[in-house]
This record gives sequence, structure tokens and C-alpha cells, in this order.
Amino acid sequence: MKTETQNLEELANRDYKYGFVTDIDADSLPPGLDEDVVRAISAKKNEPEFMLEWRLKAFRHWKTMTEPTWAFVKYPEIDYQAISYYSAPKKAGEGPKSLDEVDPELLKTYEKLGIPLKEQEILAGVVAVDAVFDSVSVATTFKDKLHDLGIVFCSFSEAVQNHPELVEKYLGTVVPHTDNFFAALNSAVFSDGSFVYVPKGVRCPMELSTYFRINAANTGQFERTLIVADEGASVSYLEGCTAPMRDENQLHAAVVELVALDNAKIKYSTVQNWYPGDKDGKGGIYNFVTKRGKCAGVNSKISWTQVETGSAITWKYPSCILQGDNSIGEFYSVALTNNKQQADTGTKMIHIGKNTRSTIVSKGISAGEGQNTYRGQVKILKGADNARNYSQCDSMLLGDRCGAHTFPYIDVQNPSATMEHEASTAKIGEDQIFYCQQRGISAEDAVSMIVNGFCKEVFRELPMEFAVEAQKLLGISLEGSVG
Amino acid sequence: MLEIKNLHAQVEDKPILQGIDLTINPGEVHAIMGPNGSGKSTLASVIAGRDEYEVTGGSIDYKGKDLLDMEPEDRAREGVFLAFQYPVEIPGVSNMYFMKAALNAVRTHRGESEMDAMDFLAWVKERAKLVQMDESFLKRNINEGFSGGEKKRNEIFQMAVLDPSLAVLDETDSGLDIDALRIVSDGVNALRNENRAVLVITHYQRLLEYIVPDKVHVLYDGKIIRSGDRNLALELEEKGYGWIEQEAAEATR
Ligand SMILES: Nc1ncnc2c1ncn2[C@@H]1O[C@H](COP(=O)(O)OP(=O)(O)O)[C@@H](O)[C@H]1O
Ligand SMILES: [Mg+2]
Repeated sequence: MKTETQNLEELANRDYKYGFVTDIDADSLPPGLDEDVVRAISAKKNEPEFMLEWRLKAFRHWKTMTEPTWAFVKYPEIDYQAISYYSAPKKAGEGPKSLDEVDPELLKTYEKLGIPLKEQEILAGVVAVDAVFDSVSVATTFKDKLHDLGIVFCSFSEAVQNHPELVEKYLGTVVPHTDNFFAALNSAVFSDGSFVYVPKGVRCPMELSTYFRINAANTGQFERTLIVADEGASVSYLEGCTAPMRDENQLHAAVVELVALDNAKIKYSTVQNWYPGDKDGKGGIYNFVTKRGKCAGVNSKISWTQVETGSAITWKYPSCILQGDNSIGEFYSVALTNNKQQADTGTKMIHIGKNTRSTIVSKGISAGEGQNTYRGQVKILKGADNARNYSQCDSMLLGDRCGAHTFPYIDVQNPSATMEHEASTAKIGEDQIFYCQQRGISAEDAVSMIVNGFCKEVFRELPMEFAVEAQKLLGISLEGSVG
Repeated sequence: MLEIKNLHAQVEDKPILQGIDLTINPGEVHAIMGPNGSGKSTLASVIAGRDEYEVTGGSIDYKGKDLLDMEPEDRAREGVFLAFQYPVEIPGVSNMYFMKAALNAVRTHRGESEMDAMDFLAWVKERAKLVQMDESFLKRNINEGFSGGEKKRNEIFQMAVLDPSLAVLDETDSGLDIDALRIVSDGVNALRNENRAVLVITHYQRLLEYIVPDKVHVLYDGKIIRSGDRNLALELEEKGYGWIEQEAAEATR
């Protein structure tokens, strides 16, 4: 007789669908990290002096720090001297001006991932893609359209070259180079990332989208993204990731900074599907990310939506600093852990301004031996009169070898605050699965359907095309959870 | 259509069904009656293929195939439908979405093309009328916040949408008031035809006044101890299950 646990295990034992390695010559630095490496990165990127200084400051600070250990995750010690801090696909002369100039190997890779760039270009004006491959942008589309509106959407390196004043003004204003161990490391060595600036009063007419992909073995991936929405501006940004199969664990320490000025709105959506490691927990990405948004102006709004199905280890707390009066912060999250995956994720909402509001909806799904931790902090500072927070943390367990943990921290320093907190834990029922099977739906599809239903409140926050992708991803990630 | 022979089944090592023989032909409606705990739902679960119920002997032939050898979803796709005694709730999944997935799974299995959104909508709306179900229920999550009666009605609606060859209705009457009972029965009667077999499981004779069976079987302690026509149901109602227990006791003496 099959038990639920056995069933779940069978479903969990499928191979990662996106496991393959693209054969591209990488122009890499040898492993190791010291000031010379930092200087070399900066020189390779032909950066102005202020960037080098900033990197060096960060590096010197990083050397004084130790890796945090408070998260509910376990992993072997990382040797930061064994990592190569720079790798870029070889380019002939300048970067490609159109997709035709892009390495066909790379395009093939994207095709396998189901990201038909060519098609996206034809589907004019729906999504602009700034495809990042191993830390350096190789294909950017729809730039002209955005350019006409004064919107800057480019790789971080290009922004450093073409808009140094914007970079200098906003870099590190939300996540300072001293912020935490991983953010400091990133500040010292980041190789590229995305940059967005939406000028005053402009509503970006399309979703800005970037696909990240990690390729070269043993290359730490250090992305840096900076998005600034000037007064009255609004923008929706999509980040999506998939990675080929690897045996070594790969470190990923990204930083994302969002700045919303008066009456500005930023919506940042992530669907993250990095290689989670095999069923024994071998391989997979260590994802230590610092994501933070600052609602600097009045009536501004920052909304994070994330669907996390990949990575061996996820350490990630997209947060909002609600500084402007009446500003709004939102966090909608689905985190799925299967096999030996570990996720410690959540958010921080720091209420500083008056009448600030925040909403947290977190859905954690654990299957196999996955460990899923929600860690959230809501802080209402003294001056934040009439602040309001609503938090909802739901967990779903598939099988009985996985775990769900919730650590909500609340710090209220102003008595006029209104706080609401709801939490639930559900076990996906054999009776629910059987009900679906009795209607002709396979057990696997049933699990996917039930889990998707559980995540509905988060998925409806995602832009349409992403919502569909997210649902498919959950299905893929749960394959093997029931038989 | 369905031929059950000497079926034995247990749950958690406890024998429940102890030699069931039952044959149902296309177009027939059979009723199974019996006291609580006699094994009615167990029989339904075994037919539908629920894992926890282990078949320890006997066979079930369905349309010439070995039913016990099939996965539950394949049984469903081959036209076996179970209206559950306790339908589950599935939060966040709409009835409409669920029925579309189910219907298309069945159609794909039959080698038919998937129904497109427009045709599907027209089809479910038509079927919803059979059980006088308000269209708003289509958009609601499966059984979430439904009253007991609404859940049962939803089961018959799903049966109407999926158009099964063999329908097993497990105490569909329990929890229904008299009006709902009539509506649900009318729905089932409208679905009666010469190709479809129906097995109605009930505790009470009342349902059988509305859904008139061709045959009635009395299940007691995992065995069918008596079979007859609809008058057996009336007799049972009159004399109570005590009468059957006595008969059973005498029979084993
Ligand atoms: N999942 C189960 N686990 C343990 N015992 C069960 C289970 N299902 C049914 N039983 C037992 O099997 C017997 C028959 O139950 P059931 O088939 O539900 O009867 P009925 O539907 O006729 O009321 C009862 O004694 C019941 O307690
Ligand atoms: Mg029963």
C-alpha cells in the first residue's frame, strides 16, 4: 500500500528540466579576492574613479565582517578565496546591436528555457528584455521606445558609463555598502546588473523584464540592480531566473535597490527558478540576496512579489522603508522547498512616515525534506502615526519529512498603530488529491492544482504572463511530490 | 457494465468487505442500503480506487476490463464517477477551472480534442441547470464555504458535466432538505439512460421514492445479505435494520 509520503517522494525524484551547460568561452579572473581583484574588475569595466573608491570602501568594510549565522539554513562553509569574481562571455568588439548579433549558442539556451527572445521582439512592445548572461548584458531590446520617454533601462555597466551622475546619486542609498556581509561583498565585486530610471511624471508603458542565468562553473554571481522612479513616475519590473545543472554549489549574492520619490510607484516581481540541487541536496545555488526599497517620497508605493522555487539555499528578505508620509509597502511571496532545499525568507517593513501602510502575504510550501522559514519584521517607529500593517503567513506541507517555521518579529513604538496578523498551516490532504483523481486528474496535476490554489492571492499580484509562468514552474518544481 | 465477484477488502488490517457479489447492467439503477458502518462507503471507495482500501480477494470487471488494475484517474477517465459522501474543499481552485481540467482529462483519454473555453462554458451552464445550480457557484472555489446541501448538489453537477458510464452516489441524500432532495433526484433522473448504470448508496428509503431503483441490495457487515426489488426498501423502512440483523444472525446460525 502506498502512503502519502512515498507518493510525494516519487514525484520529488524527477530531473531538473533546465539542466544543461552552454559552451561559450568565458573571459574570467582567476579565483581569489583582494584589493587587486576589486581594482581589476573596476578596470575591466572602465569605471570612473567614484566607483572604484566605493568598491574599495565596501571591500575594506567586508573584511571586518563575518558571515551571518542566524538564518534557519545549513550549508558547508564558503571559501571566498576559491571563487572567481569575474566572468563575461567573449564578445567580438562591441556588444551586439540586435538579436542577430547574439551568440547563437546563447539563443539556443534561451530557447531550451522557453524564452524565445526573437518571438518576444516580434510581440512588439509587450515586454522589453535586458537579458543578462553571466553578469554581462548581451541583448537589449525595446530600448528606443523607452528612450523616447526618457526612461533609462540598461545594464548597470552602461549606466555607469552613460549616466554616472544618476548612479552616483542613488547607489548605496537604500542598501549601503556596510549593510550586511553579502551586500558588502556584492558592493566590492559586482560585475553587472540592471539599471532603471523613470523620469518625473512618466508611467513606463511596458513591463521591464530581465532574465538572469548563471553559466560558468565556480563563478560567484554578483548582480546589482538599481531602480529609481522619480516624482509621479511608475514602473513594473520583472526578474526571472533559471540555471543549468551544476555539481558545485554556486554562490549568488545580489543586491537590489529601489527608490520611489514623491507619488512614485515601483512594482518588482521575481520568479526565481535556479537549480535547487539534486534530490540528495547536491549542487544548486546559494542565493543570498539583499533586496530593499525605499519609499522616500510622500504617497509612494513599493510592491514586491516573489515566487521562489529554485536555489539550494535561499536567504532573502525584500523589504520596504516607508519614509514618506502615506507611503505603502507590499510583500507577496510564494516560497517552495522540495528535496533538501532550504529557504529562509520574508520581509521587513519599516514604518517611519505618518499613515504608512504595509501588507505582507507569505505562502510557504514544503515538500520532500524541504525546510521553509518565514522571517518577517514589522517595525513602527515613534513618528509613524496611524501606521497599519496586515500580515498573513500560510504554510502548506506535503508529506511528513519537511518543515515550516514562522518567525514574525513586531516592534511597535507608536501606540496609534494597527497591526493584524494571521497564520495557518495546512497539510495537503490525500483526500483532496483523491478527489481530483476521481475526476480524472492525475495525482501530479492535482498537487499542482491544489498548491496553485493555495498561492492564488500571490499569483494574482503578478503580471499576467508571469502568473502563467509561475504556475507552470510550481508544477515543474513539485513534479515527483506525489505518484 | 459492472461485475463484482466475491470482493474482500480491508482497511488498516481490519476486514470490511467480506465477499460482495454484484452485477449492474447498462441502464440499471441499483440501490445499496445498510446500517452505518456496514461498508457502503468502503465499497464505493474500492470501486473508485482509493489507496487506503486494500483489496484482499475477488474481482471487479468493468466494461470487460479489470477495474482493480487501473489507477483511480484512469477509472474516472473510463467513466467511473463517485459522488462523495463528504466532498472535500479545495481552496483557491474554482469549480469551473477544476471541471475544465477534469473534462479535458477525460476527453484526452478518449482521444478527443480538448474543449475550447466557449464550448466548455456553454456546456457547464447547461449542466448547471439540471441541478438548478446558480452560475455563481461555477466561479467559487471547490466546495469552499458551501453548505452540506450545496456540496451534494455540486457533486451531481460534476456528474452531469463529466457524463460518466457508471455513477456511484454515496449518501447523496444525507444533509439535503426535502426541496434539495427533489432537485438532486430530478437531476439524477434526467441523467438516467440506457447506457448509464447508477449505484445509489443510501441509509434511507426516502431517496428511493424519487430515484426509483431497479434493484435493492442490503449490505450488512460487509456482505450483501438480501437483494430484491424496490419493495425491499419499503420493507426495510417498515421493519428497521434490526430485522435485517436478526435475519443475518439466523442465517449464520
Ligand atoms: N479510513 C478508515 N480507517 C479506519 N477504519 C475505516 C476507514 N474507513 C472505514 N472504516 C471502518 O470500516 C467500516 C465500514 O465503514 P464505511 O464503509 O464507511 O461504512 P458505511 O459507509 O456503510 O457507513 C466502519 O467500521 C469504519 O469505521
Ligand atoms: Mg458511508
